[in-house]
Amino acid sequence: MARTAGRLAGVLHRHPRLRLTLLLTAPLLWLAVLYLGSLTVLFVSAFWTTDSFTSQVVKVWSTDNFHALLTTPVYRQVVVRSVAVALAVTALCAVIAFPLAFYTARVAKPRWRPLLVVAILTPLWASYLVKVYAWRLILSEGGLADWMLGPFGTGGPGFGLPATVLTLTYLWLPYMVLPIHTALAQLPSGLLDASADLGARSWRTFRSVVLPLVLPSVAAGSIFTFSLSLGDYITVQIVGGKTQLIGNLVYANIELNLPMAAALGTVPVVVIVLYLLLMRRTGALSSL
Amino acid sequence: MEGIAIRLRDLRKSFGETTAVAGIDLEVRDGEFFSMLGPSGSGKTTVLRLIAGFETPTGGRIELAGQDVTGLAPFERDVHTVFQDYALFPHMTVEQNVAYPLRIRKVPKAERLVRARKALAEVRLEGFGKRRPGQLSGGQRQRVALARALVGRPRVLLLDEPLGALDLKLREQMQVELKELQREVGITFVFVTHDQEEALTMSDRIAVFHQGRIEQVGTPAEVYERPASPFVASFVGTSNLLEGEAAHRVVGTPGTYSIRPEKIRILKESADADLPEHTSATGTVAEVVYLGDVTRFLVDLDAGGRLAALQQNLETSSADVAAYRGTRVRLLWHRRHAVEVPGSR
Repeated sequence: MARTAGRLAGVLHRHPRLRLTLLLTAPLLWLAVLYLGSLTVLFVSAFWTTDSFTSQVVKVWSTDNFHALLTTPVYRQVVVRSVAVALAVTALCAVIAFPLAFYTARVAKPRWRPLLVVAILTPLWASYLVKVYAWRLILSEGGLADWMLGPFGTGGPGFGLPATVLTLTYLWLPYMVLPIHTALAQLPSGLLDASADLGARSWRTFRSVVLPLVLPSVAAGSIFTFSLSLGDYITVQIVGGKTQLIGNLVYANIELNLPMAAALGTVPVVVIVLYLLLMRRTGALSSL
Repeated sequence: MEGIAIRLRDLRKSFGETTAVAGIDLEVRDGEFFSMLGPSGSGKTTVLRLIAGFETPTGGRIELAGQDVTGLAPFERDVHTVFQDYALFPHMTVEQNVAYPLRIRKVPKAERLVRARKALAEVRLEGFGKRRPGQLSGGQRQRVALARALVGRPRVLLLDEPLGALDLKLREQMQVELKELQREVGITFVFVTHDQEEALTMSDRIAVFHQGRIEQVGTPAEVYERPASPFVASFVGTSNLLEGEAAHRVVGTPGTYSIRPEKIRILKESADADLPEHTSATGTVAEVVYLGDVTRFLVDLDAGGRLAALQQNLETSSADVAAYRGTRVRLLWHRRHAVEVPGSR
């Protein structure tokens, strides 16, 4: 047995190509068939149509779905709204994550830092649904948000678009904190000393040295927050009231009009590809 | 106070239990090239960081040009630093790096550019303005750091072992350039180094640091010729001490004496050594080291102890040198070159 294993190891050692093939076949199959394959099927089926009486898919080539997508005001509104939500969530995450990461990476005592990072990551271990329903409780009428904001004369935001943005921000915040934390932790303190030495006050150093060097990591984090927000359709169902996002439209069409759902599904794919291309210019992809 | 750039009064700094600086008094004059020399851990870099304002002293006082700056932030002090690792901003071009202190002072953009270019010319880096620090060699980065620290014409420039990362040739070249630059701009330079040769060649005055204290302050010649302590004698130049009984027998009085190797002449044992004002001692050559330009002889004295003596290779070659091993010699030096070192332990 041991001899066979030894002989096999020897064969593998002498044939690097065989080694590589064995190593990569499974993951490459996974990537090609399941991921790219399903994307292709999605894209192709978006050009089919549906028999409006039977809801059967008719495999006839047509661009009707995309035409409808571009010309129907409701669809356009939903696309704009979805992108706006994703952008708002990303911006909020960045604004909240930066001071948080600054504290965990540079202000807190070094031995507390790993613990603080773990603390920031713990929400990721809890179930997505549990967290969203927790927010539903917080935002519900007479809930925590109402009770806390009541004394200021404003109630909580209730269910709707703001609630959706708020909840999504909470959900994806760790994905933004982590890359910023890493970038800030790796920032050489010599650069901060040098800036102060040359006459810069803290705010100036932050703007001219810290921010430009950490920005690629903010962009990297934004790739997560943006794409996760754009693809979400459950949160908005639970705390969004009557708000519709792309995900809801896909979900609603999947039974009755699969090709239309597919056409709608290509929208976030295209938007995210555009977003990635945009972010690549900031150097975000090399700091992932 | 006129003419004093930096004054330190009983300056102390501890990190927890460790004392890095144990009470330092020092005055650095305006326009001086002043070196702080010492082994690593002797507190010289900490003193530099205290002057720059990166560390707050545990006790004592720091004055810049007569003004107490002990509690001030780095950006409130008219002092710029050249860091050991240069600390150039990687996201800015060379020109932007150099113009950074001017940008902070809100110097108009056009003037900024002119002055940055001029500073780059001073360090002989014309035409490198548009590059990024990552595209430069170590020596070039060093020059950029210098230009950036000098462009704002601070009262004092602090240099933290700036030549440490350069190879020998470049280092010797930069030593000359730095000295010339300092003379041109007339700014006070405080130069931290552990390299005694560097300190000796460049400085107007040197402070020798040992265990958080200053052992001696003086001109290179003073520090070299008249070391104030056994530590200074051994750290600056080759350790060549005559101590205890041996000193008593050779010099006539007990104590610790430092004699620089190049001050000692090597003669045949039989040679007449009865010169006035001179001291001589006989011994056996224990080791001969051929160094190219000179040969170093290590001689075991009959009176005890061992002295090194240097001889210029006027005629000797490496082949002859080995033949000296084990021969009897007489060492001769002028009495004033045997310097009594105080505070012997």
